[in-house]
Amino acid sequence: MASIDQQIIDLVVEISGEDEAAEDLDMDLFEEDILDSMAAIELLVALKDNFGVSIAPTELEREEMNTVNKIIARVRERM
Amino acid sequence: MDFYAEPAFFVLCIPIVLIAAFLGMRERPLGRYGLVVSIFMLFLLFFRSITSLVCAIAYVALSLTLYRWVRALFDRENPRAVPLYRVALALQIAPLALYKVGVLFTPDFPGFLGISYITFKAVQVLIEVRDGLIDDMSPLEYLAFLCFFPPFTSGPIMRSRAFVQDLRTPLSRDAYLERLYRGLGWFVLGALYKFVGSALAQWGMWMAPNAIGSAALGWIAQVFCFGIDLFFDFAGYSHMAMGLGLAMGIEVPANFHAPFVAKDIKEFWDRWHITLSTWLRDFVFMRFSQFAISRKLFASRLTTACVGFMVNMTLMGVWHGITADYIVYGLYHGVMLAGCHFLQKKWTFYKKHRRDRWFGIVSWLVTMVVVFFGFALFGGYVVSPLLGLGA
Repeated sequence: MASIDQQIIDLVVEISGEDEAAEDLDMDLFEEDILDSMAAIELLVALKDNFGVSIAPTELEREEMNTVNKIIARVRERM
Repeated sequence: MDFYAEPAFFVLCIPIVLIAAFLGMRERPLGRYGLVVSIFMLFLLFFRSITSLVCAIAYVALSLTLYRWVRALFDRENPRAVPLYRVALALQIAPLALYKVGVLFTPDFPGFLGISYITFKAVQVLIEVRDGLIDDMSPLEYLAFLCFFPPFTSGPIMRSRAFVQDLRTPLSRDAYLERLYRGLGWFVLGALYKFVGSALAQWGMWMAPNAIGSAALGWIAQVFCFGIDLFFDFAGYSHMAMGLGLAMGIEVPANFHAPFVAKDIKEFWDRWHITLSTWLRDFVFMRFSQFAISRKLFASRLTTACVGFMVNMTLMGVWHGITADYIVYGLYHGVMLAGCHFLQKKWTFYKKHRRDRWFGIVSWLVTMVVVFFGFALFGGYVVSPLLGLGA
C-alpha cells in the first residue's frame, strides 16, 4: 500500500491529467494551469473519499493548498 | 434617512468619522463604538417606516436566535445537528424568499432595505458553523457583523471571520491612519462616481434616443449609457461603503476592480460585484459541484461545471427579483459562463492563441458586447418590451 504522500501525488496526477504534477512537488498548481477551480473541488471530494479528511470550500486560502506538498501537509494535519 | 444619498447622511458621517479617528489614533478598540453607531444609523435608516423597522429588528433577532441554536447543536455534538441545521438554514432564507414572492402581489409587502444582503451574511455564518469554521464568535460580535452600517444597504458582502478578526485585532496608530487615509480616498472616488459619473451617464441615457436618428442605434447608445450609469452608481456606492468602513477600522472588501478591462466573462465576474460572485462561488457553485461530483450526477467534470454555472447564475438572477427581466438575466449569464468555460477547455484555437495580443483584443470586444447586452437584459430593455410589459 503506497504511502499517503504517494497516494496524494497519484491523485493530483489523475485529476489534472498531467504527469508534470508529480515532478515538482512545490510547483504552484494553479499558476501553471494544472488545476483549476473545478479540479480543486474534485480534489476535495477525493480527499474526503480516500482519507476521510473533510475540508470545507471556504476553510483554506488558495495559497495553503496550491502545491502538492502543501496538500499533503493539510491532509496530514487532519488525519 | 437614505444612506449615501441624503445630505443628512453625509453630515452625520463627519462626527462619526471624527470620533472614530479620535479613538483610532489613540489605539482604542473601535468595535463597541462601531456597534453603537451602527444601531443608531440603522434606526435612522428605518425610522420613517414602522413596518421596516419592525421587520429589520425581527430579522436580526431571528438571525441571532438561529446562530445561537446552530452553534449549540454543533458545540454539544447533538446527533441530529445536521438535519436541524438544515431547518435553521431554511428559516434563515425564508423571510427573503417570502419577500421576493410577496412583492409580486403587493409592492408594499413587509420587508426592509438591505434584506437581500443581510441574508447572505447570516446564511454564510450558519454554513460555516456547520463546516466547523466558526466556534467562538460572541453574540455581540455577531450583531456587530450583521448590523455594521456602511455596507448594510447594498454590500459589499463581508465575511464574518474576517470581520471578527478586525474587531479583535487592535490597530496601531499608524495602521489605523493608513486605513483612514485609504478610506477617505475611496470615499471621495466613490462620491465622484456616484454624483458626477452617474449623472453624466444618465444625461447620455436621456440624450441618446433623442439625438440619434435611428431607433436601433439610439437603443444601443441608451443601453451603453445605462451600463455606464449602473457601474458609476453601484461602484460609487461600493467605494463609499468601503471608505466609510475603513475609516471605522474595518477592512471592507472591494466590489469592483476595473470590470471593463475583462477579457472574458469569467474574468468579468472577478471584477464586477466581486463580493457577490465570490459568495455565490463559495456557497453555491462549489457546494453544488461537490455534491454533483461525489454523487457522480453528471458524465464529466466539464458538464458538472457548466450545470454549476447555470444554477449559480440563475439563482443570482432570481435573487435580484422574480421578474422576467431578472430571470432571463441570470439564465443568460449562466449560459455565457458555461459557454466560456466549455470553449476554454475544448476549443483548440483558444488554447493555441490565448496569449496572442490580437486574440486578447478580440476577446475583450466580444466580452464587452456580452456584458452590455447583459446590462440591457438587467435594465429591462429587452425582455419587458418584447413581452409588452410596462417599464
